[in-house]
Amino acid sequence: MRQLQEQKASKEQNNNNASNNHSLVTMLHQIQETYNYLPENVLRELAKEKNIPLVDLYRVATFYSLFSLTPKGKHKILTCTGTACHVRGSEKVTEEISRVLGIQPGETTEDGEYSLEAVNCLGACALAPLVVVDEQYHANMTPAQIGALFNGVRKSTCQDKESSHCHCSSVAVGSKEKS
Amino acid sequence: MLEMTLNGLEIQVEPGTTLLEAANFYGIEIPTLCYDAGLSPIGACRLCLVEIGSPDRSRLVSACTFPAQKGLEIRTHSKRVINARKLLIEMYLATCPSSKTIQDLASKHHVTRVRFKQKHDDCILCGLCVRICEEQMQAKAIEFIGRGHELRISTFFDKKSEDCRHCGACMYICPVCQARCQGPQEKDAVCNACLNLEPPCLEEFEDAMCYMDPCVACEQGHEPRKGCSQRKEGS
Repeated sequence: MRQLQEQKASKEQNNNNASNNHSLVTMLHQIQETYNYLPENVLRELAKEKNIPLVDLYRVATFYSLFSLTPKGKHKILTCTGTACHVRGSEKVTEEISRVLGIQPGETTEDGEYSLEAVNCLGACALAPLVVVDEQYHANMTPAQIGALFNGVRKSTCQDKESSHCHCSSVAVGSKEKS
Repeated sequence: MLEMTLNGLEIQVEPGTTLLEAANFYGIEIPTLCYDAGLSPIGACRLCLVEIGSPDRSRLVSACTFPAQKGLEIRTHSKRVINARKLLIEMYLATCPSSKTIQDLASKHHVTRVRFKQKHDDCILCGLCVRICEEQMQAKAIEFIGRGHELRISTFFDKKSEDCRHCGACMYICPVCQARCQGPQEKDAVCNACLNLEPPCLEEFEDAMCYMDPCVACEQGHEPRKGCSQRKEGS
């Protein structure tokens, strides 16, 4: 079933690409948005469609750290380790997130829900230390706040263990925003 | 025609030539590792560094990529250039000591020691294989993969490439693939004596029998290589 969906999605992707002559990076971005990573078979199809040498795709995909060749979690968590964030204690924040989720930066949780990335700078140094959950910016984070942010997540994960579709993090992120 | 000064000599070159081509045309030898006349220059190895500009405001540029300009002052063998070149060769020696090309370069430029931590890589990332595959063989089976210190040369997803025709051009052009002869010396030693020596086989045979180009300093004073005697028995 999932394969069928993927095939359908990739066809749509290719049709979109055929109509708009995007640059290579933009095309890879679209694929990454659809699949959460760059699957090999989709890259092969793209190369055939666009008449681009396969290695060129691989070169660009490996050059930018934003592209991933392995599946990423449904929810992306970015912690900033830039100078301003570092000075204001982002290291402790990252450690706390690692502890809560049980993964190191660059890894994905086993259930495929979360992936944690430590990035160099998000360009919002006034909000340091900064944590971005699914493109929602959380400013002035402290390790204590991380606990509150992910507490709801873990609880709802436990409750939703039966159902395969877990949307617990969106709940958690939403609750954080309100506070 | 553009007028330039090359090592104090007034020269004229066609517009569009690079400094390396100009120097070679006037018979001045500049060492290179990543340059090939049939391929586009990328200035990766930096060995072709030359000094341009007036002495007080000079700078080093890679000759293979720098286009000729009117009134340019070029010094190909100034102290600064030679020092930079020797340091580069020393670093290449530290990276790939098993390469005959690099050992020969070291001998030629009197690099007699390696002050860096010895590595035994098999690639100096000159990009010759990538370029010959794309530009001459029209295959584009290999590319630079990754970035920074993780940069390497590989195929699509590190798998056997469907575009590769096994022509062997990448190995032919590789400056590191040709291994130095492994004589009695240590693997990581600087050989340094390859030049101006005759192959030891010549004393015993009419022709040089070594399967390698004469890089035989390490064989001097030692018994002829096994391969030589075997061939003698066979012939």
